[in-house]
Amino acid sequence: MKNQGTTNRPDNTAFDQQRLPAWQPVLSAGIVIPGFLLVGLAFIGIGVALFVTSRSIQVLENDYTGTGSSVHCSECVNPKTTPCTCQLNFSLSALFQGPVFLYYGLSNYFQNVRGYGSLRRPSSSCAPYQYDQNTTIAPCGSVANSMFNDTFTLYQLVNATRKTVPLDGKGIAWWTDYNIKFRNPPEVDGSLAAAFNGTVKPVNWPKPVYDLDPTNPANNGFLNQDFLVWMRTAALPDFWKLYRRITEGEYASGLPAGNYTLEIQYNYPVANFAGRKSVIFSNTSWMGGKNQFLGIAYLVTGSLCVVMSAVMLIVYAKFNSPDEDF
Amino acid sequence: MTVPKDIPEKWLPLVLPLKRKKDKEERLKAAKEKRKAGTEEERRVRANDREYNEKFQYANNCIMTSKYNIITFLPVNLFEQFQEVANTYFLFLLILQLIPQISSLSWFTTIVPLVLVLSITAVKDATDDYVSHAFRESWGRTLPEKWMNVRVGDIIKLENNQFVAADLLLLSSKNICTHIPSAHLMILVFLRTGEVICEPPNNKLDRFCGTLYWRENKYSLSNQNMLLRGCVLRNTESCYGLVIFAGPDTKLMQNSGRTKFKRTSIDRLMNTLVLWIFGFLVCMGVILAIGNAVWEKEVGSLFQSYLPWDPSVDNFLFSAFLAFWSYVIILNTVVPISLYVSVEVIRLGHSYFINWDRRMFCQRCNTPAEARTTTLNEELGQVEYIFSDKTGTLTQNIMTFNKCSINGHAYGEEESAQRLDFSFNSLADKDFCFYDQSLLDAIKLGEPLVHEFFRLLSLCHTVMSEEKSEGELVYKAQSPDEGALVTAARNFGFVFRSRTPNTITVQELGRPVTYSLLAILDFNNIRKRMSVVVRSPEGKIRLYCKGADTLLFERLHPCNQDLMNVTSDHLNEYAADGLRTLVLAYRDLSEQQWEDWAAQLHSAERAPDYREDRLAAAYEEIEQDMMLLGATAIEDKLQEGVPETIALLSLANIKIWVLTGDKQETAVNIGYSCKMLTDDMTEVFIINGHTVQSVREELRQKSMPAAHPSSNLLDSISGEYALVISGHSLAHALEADMEREFLDTACVCKAVICCRVTPLQKALVVELVKKHKKAVTLAVGDGANDVSMIKTAHIGVGISGQEGIQAVLASDYSFSQFRFLQRLLLVHGRWSYLRMCRFLCYFFYKNFAFTMVHFWFGFFCGFSAQTVYDQYFITLYNIVYTSLPVLAMGIFDQDVPEQRSLEYPKLYEPGQLNLLFNKREFFICIAQGIYTSVVLFCVPYGVLSQATGSDGIPLADYQTFAVTVATSLVIVVSVQIALDTGYWTAINHFFIWGSLGSYFTILFAMHSNILFSIFPNQFHFVGSAQNTLQQPVVWLTIALATVICIVPVLAFRFLKLDLKPHGALGRLGRAGSRRSGYAFAHQEGFGELITSGKNMRLSSLKGVTKRFQSERI
Repeated sequence: MKNQGTTNRPDNTAFDQQRLPAWQPVLSAGIVIPGFLLVGLAFIGIGVALFVTSRSIQVLENDYTGTGSSVHCSECVNPKTTPCTCQLNFSLSALFQGPVFLYYGLSNYFQNVRGYGSLRRPSSSCAPYQYDQNTTIAPCGSVANSMFNDTFTLYQLVNATRKTVPLDGKGIAWWTDYNIKFRNPPEVDGSLAAAFNGTVKPVNWPKPVYDLDPTNPANNGFLNQDFLVWMRTAALPDFWKLYRRITEGEYASGLPAGNYTLEIQYNYPVANFAGRKSVIFSNTSWMGGKNQFLGIAYLVTGSLCVVMSAVMLIVYAKFNSPDEDF
Repeated sequence: MTVPKDIPEKWLPLVLPLKRKKDKEERLKAAKEKRKAGTEEERRVRANDREYNEKFQYANNCIMTSKYNIITFLPVNLFEQFQEVANTYFLFLLILQLIPQISSLSWFTTIVPLVLVLSITAVKDATDDYVSHAFRESWGRTLPEKWMNVRVGDIIKLENNQFVAADLLLLSSKNICTHIPSAHLMILVFLRTGEVICEPPNNKLDRFCGTLYWRENKYSLSNQNMLLRGCVLRNTESCYGLVIFAGPDTKLMQNSGRTKFKRTSIDRLMNTLVLWIFGFLVCMGVILAIGNAVWEKEVGSLFQSYLPWDPSVDNFLFSAFLAFWSYVIILNTVVPISLYVSVEVIRLGHSYFINWDRRMFCQRCNTPAEARTTTLNEELGQVEYIFSDKTGTLTQNIMTFNKCSINGHAYGEEESAQRLDFSFNSLADKDFCFYDQSLLDAIKLGEPLVHEFFRLLSLCHTVMSEEKSEGELVYKAQSPDEGALVTAARNFGFVFRSRTPNTITVQELGRPVTYSLLAILDFNNIRKRMSVVVRSPEGKIRLYCKGADTLLFERLHPCNQDLMNVTSDHLNEYAADGLRTLVLAYRDLSEQQWEDWAAQLHSAERAPDYREDRLAAAYEEIEQDMMLLGATAIEDKLQEGVPETIALLSLANIKIWVLTGDKQETAVNIGYSCKMLTDDMTEVFIINGHTVQSVREELRQKSMPAAHPSSNLLDSISGEYALVISGHSLAHALEADMEREFLDTACVCKAVICCRVTPLQKALVVELVKKHKKAVTLAVGDGANDVSMIKTAHIGVGISGQEGIQAVLASDYSFSQFRFLQRLLLVHGRWSYLRMCRFLCYFFYKNFAFTMVHFWFGFFCGFSAQTVYDQYFITLYNIVYTSLPVLAMGIFDQDVPEQRSLEYPKLYEPGQLNLLFNKREFFICIAQGIYTSVVLFCVPYGVLSQATGSDGIPLADYQTFAVTVATSLVIVVSVQIALDTGYWTAINHFFIWGSLGSYFTILFAMHSNILFSIFPNQFHFVGSAQNTLQQPVVWLTIALATVICIVPVLAFRFLKLDLKPHGALGRLGRAGSRRSGYAFAHQEGFGELITSGKNMRLSSLKGVTKRFQSERI
């Protein structure tokens, strides 16, 4: 037979002939069973570490809604009593390890509803809080409008005198929020207020945005830390937001044992939608705040992996004859 | 390769009316065009009268095959694409998103994938169009340039082995010319005077009707007078033809449009599933809308102090209505926009692998395999029935004289490597091979019976010879068997040189001898023999007879008993080898006997009625008391590797049915030689009835043992049956009331052979199996008579041989050797199926895992259609982060190496049983996807809701949550694809790691300060990535979610693999022996033609044209 043309012969490349060198992992018992065991043990290890760490973290949470089971601040529930200040007393039997963080918590509060605000389009979704009688609202939108405005002051009761615990409000917002995402309009004649000329304060706010922190002129406008914290909307209807850090002076290492009073300026009504407010003291570890769930989940998952590996071992021993290599 | 443009008929139930409309439109359009040109009711063609013919504006021979041009491409293609429901659906979504109250996603989350999908499809369409255009052009190029200028009415001359350039009316061929000396003159006379009136162009390959008017005479024309474009001129030097149809009007081009669009079962399943998903989507939407109504009423209305309702949305019901549409938009990703385009890309890849396969490349014909459609690949992995043509597909249609038994001595037994040297014989055929020296020695020694044997072969036949130049003989045999026998005689020194109606001239060992031919007792199916009566120059009258052993042995002289026994043994051996045998005998006649008989024959021929019967009786009378000479064994050369392929395919549980136009004997013979039929079989049923009743009875009788094999377990194991049914019985068996019975019987049988079937019956048989068995059918053939079957079957395979290109044009896959079928099915098909199934499983899984998180989140965000993820993530998830790894898997994955799937044909079975992707598997994938989505939502929810970073900042903000869930999702689905990928090539590594890498790169880029400073309104996730991913808790969450998602899958797979060990795998079997090997591909009527002295027009025509005619009944 003549060796006729091979001009149409396909190329003999590994790719064309589907012979590319390849790694072909197989779910063999030798890999899967020890793998499961290893992952299981690792997870149990991590779980134990997380659990132990989490247990060592202290959390002190007090509901001060004033309705229902909450006893604190019930006097302020009536919205007509404004301004209303209430006291929340608590005592620490041991040192509350520092640094201590002070949070406010809101429950049944839907910051994550679409249309609530700046979840997606900060500029265009300001309605219905875009204009107040044809004047631009600054900052606009529902989120800003509904900014949490209770304030807290913490006192330690030392010999029946109230000693103010210094609360540090610096850097409680994300660095990127403070430095990049939010910008104040350029000051006019050194005055922030002038920069906001032609705008009005949000409907619910008692004071304009350039006057949020009377104590610290630098902490005003869109760069007010509390404002930034509030604007970082929560993913879930129950959330904490950082209010202050306790990092200064003698309280830097923690709150010593003793009696404390938290004075709350009760401005924010939540009762009409069955919301709840609370105030939380907590400290952190390398892994952050208290988180029992994570440790337990790790422990459970790890144990299940170990159990699975045992089950697989038994099944493998029972059903697999050693000479079958397929 | 070529991909005929066919719009995938997706979304079947929805699209069907649309499609139908389109068909109608097309028909209307065509009709309109026709009307414009004046409806062609009949065609009038005047030979060589261009002026006259041009009046009718017949199409010229130029074929425009491309569908688009540069300007029309964009609008036409877009218009086509938006006719697809899927694309329209996404367009609808896009419009929904422009309504601000509904819009839960940015416009670009839909438009980017849509544009991408549309453009990929457009690019594919454009290449398809270009490639198929180029393909047809290249077919055009096989014809000389001038063929393009051929017009209707031209008379053109074709030469041997040329492709016929247009549909021609055959005027004359070289063979006819031998009898009409002034052929040229005739043609010249024909010029200007002949006119043909015939039917308008149509796509019926087997029909032509017209009338030729020439010199006041009318001649009716049939398909027999036509040469169709695409055929090859054979067995004649040249011929002249009148162009009747040119270019697009030719039957080939009228046929080349795929009449039926083929879709795979996976396609249909996919459409069903997509509809279910639609239903699921609507259900989700309704549930969430109800949730929204309840929430707005119970919570939202109270929460209005902080989140007032939109002024236009004044009550919770309206809000719920809007929420429904918003959720339809958000959850639209469960209906994956990129599914169809990905499936097409994967199939395209698989098609290229078929085209590129060197092991499916035939060096002899320089033809690689070709996937002509790109829509059917995975169905190749599910074939259960193969319908094969015989001649040209299983066999090469080459007969070789292989062995013979002369006077009780068998020749050709021992296969010495030494090919016999026929140089002593100057007239020998160079291509003839024989390996037994002893036969040549016997000739040279002058053994009279050996001489007589070959003398018989050189005299008793209906072959025509042609001597182009001295000593250069060309035989034109009506059947290849005869050609082989006469050629054998020629090489052994008994050279048939020429014949006239009354003489045969033979060169006997160099000495020319002219016998006078007294009578030809022609062959027919009942006689199964033919004889000649010749008078030698010495005046001796002798009858030479060749025919089937069973018939000849009855007619031998009793003194032949011993020789008969020996010969019979030889015949058994030959038959066992699958050779076609003939027995040769002679009888000396005295002058008196001859004259008596001649008178009898004469009166029989003149008989006014029962001529046939009286002739047969006359023949019968003289074919008696013959002396046995011996037997011949001819090998009907199988294509390479046919028995092995068939054995392998049957081990893969594929049932092979041979549908052939050949006679029963030939077909059965081939059945044995390619090991479809074996002696181990319990019984071979032969159904040969001519009436409805007899066929029914035969079927009933046959199905008794076969249809109830379960009554006895041993029987069902040992009982292997085969069914042979002839065309006329089949016609009855295919009737509505009997088809079920026929099918049941046939399906119990291991092998089914249908012989003497028409092309239409071939299609009907395929249709029958398709209709009742719900199995994937594959038809393989090489000739125009297979076209109907190829088009009917789920998959049509064309053997690109020597028989023109009709079969290939109609086919979905083409290659040049039957044996490549095993590779196509067991390797490519199996892999394609496996890949497609894995791809689909993963694809649905990943989209559900991705989308359902929104559903769970809905319960925590007041059912407000808030998305969990960043909108850019939603945009890019399907097209960037998860598209390429699964594509790479879909294209490159292999579970076992190709040798393994050929060694263990049982590995093919999951495809036939449709195990890898069906509704059950789909629900498993969906369940896995939903499980994953639950984990992906719950774990971050559980961890992050109370978590704070080590700097005290809570992690429960929306953006952190979004980034955590998205990252977990990408990691989980990447781990999952890594688990699903069984064959990690560098490309897979690149895509999987690349996807992960691109996710993080894009994430950081999108959340970067730089992008935010440029587009502060678009990228408000600024800083989220770095803030989130620096938290150890986030990583612990991701790890936890990944392990919880993957571990059960892994354990499940391991246990499944462990608990389901693979069973014993089959081995190749061997065949035994059997009795009759008689087979002869011959038709009656040729003896008469020769002796009548009429011109040999019919035989010439047969010689010239298409085999499919001779195979037709």
